[in-house]
Amino acid sequence: MSLELAAIGLMWVGLTLYALFAGADFGGGLLDLVAGDARRGAPRRARLEHSVGPIWEANHVWLIFVLVVFWTGFPAAFAPTMATLYVPLTAAAVGIILRGSAFAMRKSTEGLTLSRLFGALFALSSVITPFFLGTVAGAVASGRVPADGRGDHVGSWWNPTSVFTGVLAVLVCGFLAAVYVCRDAEREGEGDLVAWFRARALVLAALVGVVVVSGIAVVAADAPAVAAELTGRGLPVVALAVVAGCAALVLVWQGRFVAARLAAGAAVASVLWAWGLAQYPYLLVDQLTIEQAAGSEATLRAMVWSLGVGTVLFVPPLVWLLRATQQGQLASSEGMETLAEQLEGDEDR
Amino acid sequence: MALSLGWHIVVASLGVGFPLVILIAEAIGLRRHDPVATELARRWSKALTVLFAVGAVSGTILSFELGILWPGLMGTFGDVWGLPFAIEGIAFFVEAIFLGIYLYGWDRLSPRAHLLAGIPIPIAGIASAWFVVTANAWMNQPRGFDVARYLATGEVVDVDPWAAMFNPATPPQTTHMILAALMVSGFTVAAVYAYGMLRGRADRYHRLGFAIPFALAAVVTPVQIGVGDWAARFLAENQPVKFAALEAVQETGPDVPLTVGGIVIDGEVRYGIEIPGALSWLAERDTGAVVAGLEEVPPEDRPPVAVVRTAFQLMVASGFFLLGVAVWSAVVWVRRRRAPRSRWFLRAGLVAGPLAVVALEAGWVATEVGRQPWIVYEVMRVSEAVTTAPGIRYGYYALVVVYAALTVTTVAVLRRQSRPVRARYVPGPGPGDGAGTAPRGAPG
Repeated sequence: MSLELAAIGLMWVGLTLYALFAGADFGGGLLDLVAGDARRGAPRRARLEHSVGPIWEANHVWLIFVLVVFWTGFPAAFAPTMATLYVPLTAAAVGIILRGSAFAMRKSTEGLTLSRLFGALFALSSVITPFFLGTVAGAVASGRVPADGRGDHVGSWWNPTSVFTGVLAVLVCGFLAAVYVCRDAEREGEGDLVAWFRARALVLAALVGVVVVSGIAVVAADAPAVAAELTGRGLPVVALAVVAGCAALVLVWQGRFVAARLAAGAAVASVLWAWGLAQYPYLLVDQLTIEQAAGSEATLRAMVWSLGVGTVLFVPPLVWLLRATQQGQLASSEGMETLAEQLEGDEDR
Repeated sequence: MALSLGWHIVVASLGVGFPLVILIAEAIGLRRHDPVATELARRWSKALTVLFAVGAVSGTILSFELGILWPGLMGTFGDVWGLPFAIEGIAFFVEAIFLGIYLYGWDRLSPRAHLLAGIPIPIAGIASAWFVVTANAWMNQPRGFDVARYLATGEVVDVDPWAAMFNPATPPQTTHMILAALMVSGFTVAAVYAYGMLRGRADRYHRLGFAIPFALAAVVTPVQIGVGDWAARFLAENQPVKFAALEAVQETGPDVPLTVGGIVIDGEVRYGIEIPGALSWLAERDTGAVVAGLEEVPPEDRPPVAVVRTAFQLMVASGFFLLGVAVWSAVVWVRRRRAPRSRWFLRAGLVAGPLAVVALEAGWVATEVGRQPWIVYEVMRVSEAVTTAPGIRYGYYALVVVYAALTVTTVAVLRRQSRPVRARYVPGPGPGDGAGTAPRGAPG
């Protein structure tokens, strides 16, 4: 039993990291969408572009990680999930490619019309992708993925819970991005931009609050199994999410952006873990438990061990990189190479 | 799926081989105090970042598609062959971190420390290629579960992921693929500078930009021909149907000739040149050896011969052209102690870039189509694994459009990157600048 739990735990860690890192990435697209007309929006878009460079696409490694652990550890749940939810998953995949290419394309084109077109594509795909990924979560949580994979190809992800989780995902991504960019703009001494992004962070936080409150009723009616456990076993983590979310709001209000980043991240992470706790012991709600879906023990053991050894391998250089970039930023005033700068932006979250 | 894989394999190959080219340039710059070599390494590392990001995107799509398109395969065997993908993820992550340190450290680390920080990048790249290819090798030589039991009852028991990873096809296939990645990287990067020199920019920057990647690829090529022979003999022994399809051998028999060129009409090769007994010799080192033909298996178990053989011929022909170019440069090097400079050689060097990509893609087509109708050799048919979802084809159309966009973007970004550097060498960017390095991003 503990092996399966370790594997599902790893999967959830990957999911959390993806939500936090790629979430801010997608959110950048949402903010880009609302940044105003070409003239007034230009400095805002430049700031977003600067903070969220192409290297951020590497954050998709977390999604790959989640998918790989999913199919290796829990093949019996993976296959029906993919088969039932292929529509939103394909849409998300298309969004991911479109996003990366439109973003890079806008950077490399000159002329307003074209860069507007690519900008719109970038922003649109940044909204589509988290929405559809969110609907997938809603489909699983509301028990709409049958174990035989013959779920409703439309109704499985187009239903009250899925729409709620999809919208929530989009707004949360926007919030993460706004909080994240606030700190970046502050460090660069861009006062106007700090004010603008701060206002967006507050608005988005308020929206998230409204959606969550109205979503409670939706989930209670549409996904009773999970709803019951969210107020039962999951209650402490739900409470943590609420506290961290409110704290993030207050911290943004006060202009303490570093702390706000941490609080916002904690809030998002707790929501994901509350969801996980609420549907335990099910992997596909009402269909397959974690234990039933698990693959062979030999594979689970091999995977958990390899990932453990791998973590030992990559954590020291990662820590070194994070520290070096943070220190470098304090001392550096020389003209950095564009990509290296974007990389710093990537690593100092 | 094929489209995504065909795309990913090129970008991923560059992600594996290109770092090595960069490190060699940096090491030369360090040892000989050569600022031009260092500048090349610096420039290339930026192009690598773009390719790396694009590789991450296409890799993400692939992991989606594995599940969306092949639920039968993933649901049944996910736990048998999933492990190498998980480990590959770690290797990829290590590569990303050290690439970050490497890019970030250009102005901050001592030159020696910077070079050392770069060393894990190609190692991790090669490791991730190795792990992913073991998964493909498993599809050719499925191990790590009770095959007889599965065929009888459909149950997957006695799973051993390590046995699946170290299946018999793993050694030849991984070696062949990693060397191919090095060749593709070396020849394509060199081709960019061959083009520049043909356009009259024969400065030291271009000469070195050609020589470093070309030398790596030229050294690897003869080794690859030997490894290719090993891989082919492995097939003759372990996957005789695929081997027969590669050469379009219909009937089993001794003294089988090798046919070079020609086209396949109704399963028979026409208009080719026959070398008596050569295929028997290639398979068993004996011109009289018996080679199994396609007739050994019922028609529904045979792959589409025309596609497989054409792809295989294309790969071998490209491979021998590349060998020719490599030998040419070696002869000139031995006689004159310098790289050849004639325009014809540069033209050959330019063609070698795209041809290396052709060889890569053709080899991949040959191995994948040659396994048909099996997705897992003699265990699971493609038809059992593929999704039955309606409307999946619209998703496919969308992906085609999106991949076209991704290709255009990559080329555009790499072209744009080539501009500021020009400016460093020629004061003020002139019209037409940047065209010289454009073909690098064009992955066939």
